[in-house]
Amino acid sequence: MNSSLLLSITTFVYGLAAFLYVMSWVFKKEGPGRLATWVILVGLIANTAGIVLRWVESYQMGIGHAPLSNLYESLVFFAWTIALIYLIVERRVGNRTVGAFTAPLACLAMAYASLSPNISDRIQPLLPALKSNWLIAHVITCFIGYAAFAMAFGISIMYLFRQKEPAQVGGLMERLPRAAVLEDLNHQMVMFGFLFLSVGIITGAVWANSAWGRYWGWDPKETWSLITWFIYATLLHAKLMRGWHGKRIAYLSLAGFAAVLFTYFGVNYLPGLHSYGAMGQ
Amino acid sequence: METKEVSTDPLNSIWKFFTSVKLTVVLLLTLAATSVVGTLIPQNKSPMEYRQAFGDVLYRLFDVLDVFDMYHAWWFQLLLLLLTVNVLVCSVDRLNSSWKIIFVKNPRFNLDRFKNNKNRVLANDSRSPEQIRKVAEPLLSRKYSYRRLEEDSDGFVMFAEKWRWTRLGVYIVHTSIVLMLVGGLIGSIFGFEGYVNIPEGESVASIRLLNSEQTHPLPFEIRNDDFSVSFYDTGMPKEFRSSLRIIEQGQTVMQKDIVVNDPLRYRGVNIFQSSYGELPQQPGLTAAPQDIQLALVSKESGKEYKKTVRIGQELELPENLGRLVLREFTQTFSFRGRDLGAALTGTLTQADGSAVDITLPLRFPSFDRMSPMFNPARSDAVFISVFDVRASAAPADKRYFTGLQVTKDPGVWVVYTGFILMILGCFVTFFMSHQRICVHVAAAGNKSRIMVAGTANKNKMGMQRKVQHIAETLVDSARQN
Repeated sequence: MNSSLLLSITTFVYGLAAFLYVMSWVFKKEGPGRLATWVILVGLIANTAGIVLRWVESYQMGIGHAPLSNLYESLVFFAWTIALIYLIVERRVGNRTVGAFTAPLACLAMAYASLSPNISDRIQPLLPALKSNWLIAHVITCFIGYAAFAMAFGISIMYLFRQKEPAQVGGLMERLPRAAVLEDLNHQMVMFGFLFLSVGIITGAVWANSAWGRYWGWDPKETWSLITWFIYATLLHAKLMRGWHGKRIAYLSLAGFAAVLFTYFGVNYLPGLHSYGAMGQ
Repeated sequence: METKEVSTDPLNSIWKFFTSVKLTVVLLLTLAATSVVGTLIPQNKSPMEYRQAFGDVLYRLFDVLDVFDMYHAWWFQLLLLLLTVNVLVCSVDRLNSSWKIIFVKNPRFNLDRFKNNKNRVLANDSRSPEQIRKVAEPLLSRKYSYRRLEEDSDGFVMFAEKWRWTRLGVYIVHTSIVLMLVGGLIGSIFGFEGYVNIPEGESVASIRLLNSEQTHPLPFEIRNDDFSVSFYDTGMPKEFRSSLRIIEQGQTVMQKDIVVNDPLRYRGVNIFQSSYGELPQQPGLTAAPQDIQLALVSKESGKEYKKTVRIGQELELPENLGRLVLREFTQTFSFRGRDLGAALTGTLTQADGSAVDITLPLRFPSFDRMSPMFNPARSDAVFISVFDVRASAAPADKRYFTGLQVTKDPGVWVVYTGFILMILGCFVTFFMSHQRICVHVAAAGNKSRIMVAGTANKNKMGMQRKVQHIAETLVDSARQN
């Protein structure tokens, strides 16, 4: 078995877990929920094994490097982090409905990595600029941050559903954690993500300084990571200092995650000067 | 006194303006929104490209607003400056009041406030207050650095707290932001960033600055002793390596091989491997070539012959057109005041036995065709040109130049200090809190009544769990005795 196959299987395991979480929530049954926890745990183990196997394979090919060097590998790591953080949150909150909103994100990340025709799962040798320990620190911290923001995104959506008063007694929404719990959880995830995004930007800057002699160059990716940082900084200040709460904070959290996605995927579609002609005419 | 009031009033209102967190929110969102523009419009390209893309009117508008270098535009820098002042003023303003809370010798506790805490935990215990105190003391001392015991007629109250200093966390974060911006400013004033290409075996003492035509002198020479590039089997580049030498007043003061991600640093100047290129072969030929490939065109038959010769070696021309000996290689052949570059010179003994001088510039293959016009002794029976030269019999060694990025940034350590403070500060601010706890035990008959309450300035839910835990441990200890 090779890592690509193992990781493809992981996609379906996460998909099954997400399905079970949704079933458990919609049909108000504990059974599928409890099963889902085990399934996502199996997925996490398979995901871990896939990453380790890929690492080993790269060494067998004689181009050994940590599997954190391209879009495919980063998506795989992204899914891994989401699953891990989710399991920790589930343990702490003791409510499995959060899984119905966040497990699909892990599945989507894996599915995009495995199924998109534009993403190569080939193990490639490292370009000279990528040969740096700072890169590893940069990718790991960024994706822990992104995963926390992904969780905050799922939780904010839950919050927006939940806060619609009055919740129907015995209805779907009533089974979600209380709005106050969700709000607190959103805040925790944003703080956690903000710390790691900051560390991610900083390690990226140190890496850039060792590779190109500048720690900040306003290139689109750098700038978008800073835009993301600004949005979450706004959220934290608005909440702690201006007393914003409820829907406004949830919407800011959604906007922040949109910026995360754009930093991650959208930046690649921004016009370089070569695609200028098409834009102007 | 009147005048004083008048003069402080505007200052006061400016101060007030900058203490507003609303301003912070507005500035952060404005910075986020405007930053988007610079990612949609590529920065620092040539005016021609912009004019082509946007048309004249839009181009002029964008140009006035500095959109083409917007992160260095006055209005963007002004936003950053406003944010810095905002952060500073807010911090100073709040630190004024926080200071008294943070730096106290004897923290004050208010028992009534703990008693009114709605999350307090109450329990009855069969032990006496004295017995409970023996359990509570080690329990709190394990977790809280500061403790105080107050005894009264029917029991005791124990206050404890920790991490008071974490209230400073947010100021650490704010300091870090100011440091980063100040460090950036120092770099842009006292530093530089530029590029230089150095052919193998050559040295330079100045560089070309980024985004300008200016050159910048260096306090030393950089010599490129050797450059090598290696590739993976797939054709992707694996490593670029330059062997550099720093020369000061004719003395080599440093020698280092640099690769991407491992620069050379000397006297505050950083030299990075950035790019490379191949030097053009023929025109830049520095030594006499070993194998020379000639093309001979006979006028009579119209045929072209290819022959390989060496300098000094006699060549019998085909069709009995004569003999040729190349004698010398010159780097610069000057013809009518113009430098035609590297050339070979020799003697052509023509079919009729007369000898004429012949010059073959490497870059101008048709040069020999014109020689009958300048030299009446030259017959037009054959024309000769050089179509290839080899420096040695072995396959030619490619000659490279290395592309170096050269920077100086005296502000970088200020920025890095900011980085470290930012990480520490965020951690302290988000995940540590000033926690205070109160255990009040009062005798009630021959039993005791326990109250545990706690407060924290952050993560109140987490504090609640800790209060619960302490209460449970206290109550459970009764069973173990």
